[in-house]
Amino acid sequence: MSLSAPTHGGMPGGILQRLMRTPGLRRLRGSRALLVGLLLLAAVVAVALSAGLFYPGDPRDMAGPAGTWPGADARFPLGTDMLGRDMAAAMAHSAGTSLTVGIAAAALALLVGIAAGVLAGYFGGAVDDVLMRISELFQTMPSLLFTIILVVILGPTTASISFAIGITAWPQIARLVRAEAVRVRRLDYVDAAVTLGMGHGRIVLLHVLPNSLAPVVVAASILVAQAILSDASLSFLGLGDPNGMSWGSMVGAGRPMLRTAWYMTALPGGAIFLTVMGFMLIGNGLNDLLNPRTPVR
Amino acid sequence: MPTSLRYVFRRLVQALPMAFAIVLLNFLLLKLTPGDLADVIAGESGSATPEFMENLRRLYGLDIPVHLQFVNYIQGILHFDLGYSFRQGMPVGELILERLPATILLSLTAILVALVIGVLLGVVAARSRGSLLDEAISVVSTMGFATPLFWVGLMLIVLFSIELRWLPSAGMVTVGADYRGLWDEWLDIGRHLVLPAVTLSLFFLSIYVRITRSAMLEVYGLDFVRTARAKGLTEARVVIRHVLRNALLPIVTVTGLQLGAIFGGTVVVETVFGWPGLGRLAQEAVFSRDVNLLLGIFLCSSFIVIVVNLAVDLLYAALDPRVEVRQ
Repeated sequence: MSLSAPTHGGMPGGILQRLMRTPGLRRLRGSRALLVGLLLLAAVVAVALSAGLFYPGDPRDMAGPAGTWPGADARFPLGTDMLGRDMAAAMAHSAGTSLTVGIAAAALALLVGIAAGVLAGYFGGAVDDVLMRISELFQTMPSLLFTIILVVILGPTTASISFAIGITAWPQIARLVRAEAVRVRRLDYVDAAVTLGMGHGRIVLLHVLPNSLAPVVVAASILVAQAILSDASLSFLGLGDPNGMSWGSMVGAGRPMLRTAWYMTALPGGAIFLTVMGFMLIGNGLNDLLNPRTPVR
Repeated sequence: MPTSLRYVFRRLVQALPMAFAIVLLNFLLLKLTPGDLADVIAGESGSATPEFMENLRRLYGLDIPVHLQFVNYIQGILHFDLGYSFRQGMPVGELILERLPATILLSLTAILVALVIGVLLGVVAARSRGSLLDEAISVVSTMGFATPLFWVGLMLIVLFSIELRWLPSAGMVTVGADYRGLWDEWLDIGRHLVLPAVTLSLFFLSIYVRITRSAMLEVYGLDFVRTARAKGLTEARVVIRHVLRNALLPIVTVTGLQLGAIFGGTVVVETVFGWPGLGRLAQEAVFSRDVNLLLGIFLCSSFIVIVVNLAVDLLYAALDPRVEVRQ
């Protein structure tokens, strides 16, 4: 057992060590993207959590005169839509929906992707072949179309949308994890574990899995970004959860008013952009920070 | 050339299981859909007796075991019989063929736009590596990736169609236009093509910038580039003939790999711009919950991705002598 001790919690330890070793210049650059990303994310989370506090009523209720431009009425800083609903309230309440779907879909993709990747990388052979062919299938087909079909068949709920997005996104994670698992599998401590008579399950869970997760950290954040974008596209196409509000459906609803009131489209779209950008920047920042091959600029 | 012919054959054989898997997936989705064809027809006609439903099921082969239905399904696909869209009142195969050219035109134009601008920006970024310009290009390409395409499209409409009135906002041709010749018509289509193509190109643009930049940085330090410089070639010639040429291979590969994603992009972009292609057809099918039509589009676009990737692989083997054509 003592042989495996240094590898326990390999992932966080590894990150910390790399952070310590990072030259000051690169750390600064990495953390700038990371900082902006984290600030954006914090802002979105704050809005999502406080939406009920500042706008306790139903955001779908009429609140004032329809089509008030942002800034025209102090009660409605972001204006009202074509039905007189408060844009700010609707957007604040939508933040939670987007984050929920994005994180749930990413979590599913991570779960399936990590499991498939570790199994394929550790066992190799036929298991690897089958799992990689399946992941190729998912990477070949137009995934947004597949997601759309699943949502149409299952019916648009937050759960089915998250499922349909997550189930198409796992192959990229599986490939990353597989590559790491193939590498880790050949290391001495895995041989040592085999010699000690450990079973496959224990070796995979205790040794291969924790040491194959480093590249997933960066990918996870990009994954959430992609999932939020897919969710926005679905809502825009009219496949969002009809019981909730979302930025994508607000853009879709504002579309007929484009000529006279483009702010109804611009504002929720901008919210999607800032949220996705937040996750992308976190991913980029982490990548600069963690990837030892990133050139010092 | 028997060796390369054998390579072509081997790649063809490799593509077949993928095609079969797509067909199987499509069939499973069809079976997963609540309500079968008989329900759809009965629903369209208003009312139905159990006997009528039973007759329908017999007529469409829905009363036989599932694995035999699958055999029938494959036979249908081999004859390009993808079923009937009761909402559109047309066979699914015909609908798709009718809409396909518009989507191909839009996608190819978008890829071309992205290629030209993306490679250019990538070269500039790599040449000025570490500078403010490099950083700016990197930020802009991240932004291109983070922006929802439908929103970009709508904002472009606000700017160029509504405010500036430079370009049309919807459709592929001007309604009721009276063309004086083919050139006139093409010009009109071209004007309608600008905004959707630019919108769709954004997705590829950021990918191309990244690939070009990293591929260029990778080969910049290699011996053959130093040799080229030592021979006294101009910098432009070194970049174009020696560095960029090596960056083109990953670009071709990624274009093939991302083709599935561009079909997703066309659904959104064609919806925004009313472009009469496959994506718009998919959106109409979503709107009327026409699963059969959606599955037909899914099947066809998946096949197109498989075929194009096959072509890319073969092209790759022809372009890059390092790709081994094994016996």
